[in-house]
Amino acid sequence: MPTLAELRQALHITGSTQIARRYFVTNGFDGSLAMLGLLIGFRSAGGAGVDIVIAACLGTAIALGASGVSSTYVSEQAERRRELDRLRRAMLKELDDSAHARAAQWAPILVALVSGLAPFLLALIIMLPLWLQSAADTPAPVLFDTAIGIAFMLIFLLGVFLGRVAGSHWLWSGLRTLAIALVTAGIILLVAPG
Amino acid sequence: MSRVKLIALDVLKPHLPDAVEFARQLAALGDDYQVELEVVEVDEHTQTTVITVRGEDLALARIEDKVKALGGSVHSIDRVIVTGNGDDN
Repeated sequence: MPTLAELRQALHITGSTQIARRYFVTNGFDGSLAMLGLLIGFRSAGGAGVDIVIAACLGTAIALGASGVSSTYVSEQAERRRELDRLRRAMLKELDDSAHARAAQWAPILVALVSGLAPFLLALIIMLPLWLQSAADTPAPVLFDTAIGIAFMLIFLLGVFLGRVAGSHWLWSGLRTLAIALVTAGIILLVAPG
Repeated sequence: MSRVKLIALDVLKPHLPDAVEFARQLAALGDDYQVELEVVEVDEHTQTTVITVRGEDLALARIEDKVKALGGSVHSIDRVIVTGNGDDN
């Protein structure tokens, strides 16, 4: 098992920190928007029990997480192997015992975990009000609205995070992603039955 | 026993770890190691560097192993300073 310092080095020498950050934002955005769509759909259709909504949202969260982990791992592993091979040819020597070989092995795992956990964990946070329903005994529409509100807030925060990465104004960047979520919500409300 | 006080190596290294990180990891091999890394040529995937390590008693094998572990390749030893202690007298 590599140490924390070795894992950090693996991310550094493969340039995977930026890649992981990109996956975190894109897949986190995917997860949050998917949950938002599900919740608005259920809310506008009406009639669905909270248990059904939880099951649908949890299933989607797991699927997004599994998709993020597996697809990212496969593609990142191929990229890292290609890069290692290119470096081997440039160096005219084997790199089997080098930090680069270890990085090519561990970086795809780390990036895949970020890629899968981002949509999964954000979806779980959005679903929190639904899980707490039995304790609070709150009416279903209020639970849906709270969860939808959390989804909007997380999407705004992802925009804020992007703004900080890009060095642009955080509020403007947050409002931009929030606007995307609002437009999406509007389209869903237009086409959703009920 | 003689002691190696300085060694200058011609090293071909990948772009990453960058020069600072590369030098830092070499310097971490000894309490008094001082590392100077000069990039003399840059190619698409590699950098040719001259790495000078100074210290009271340099462990050459460990330095070479570390260079290899960081993906580098020692092409030659270009300069050394060694002090003796008069054992042969």
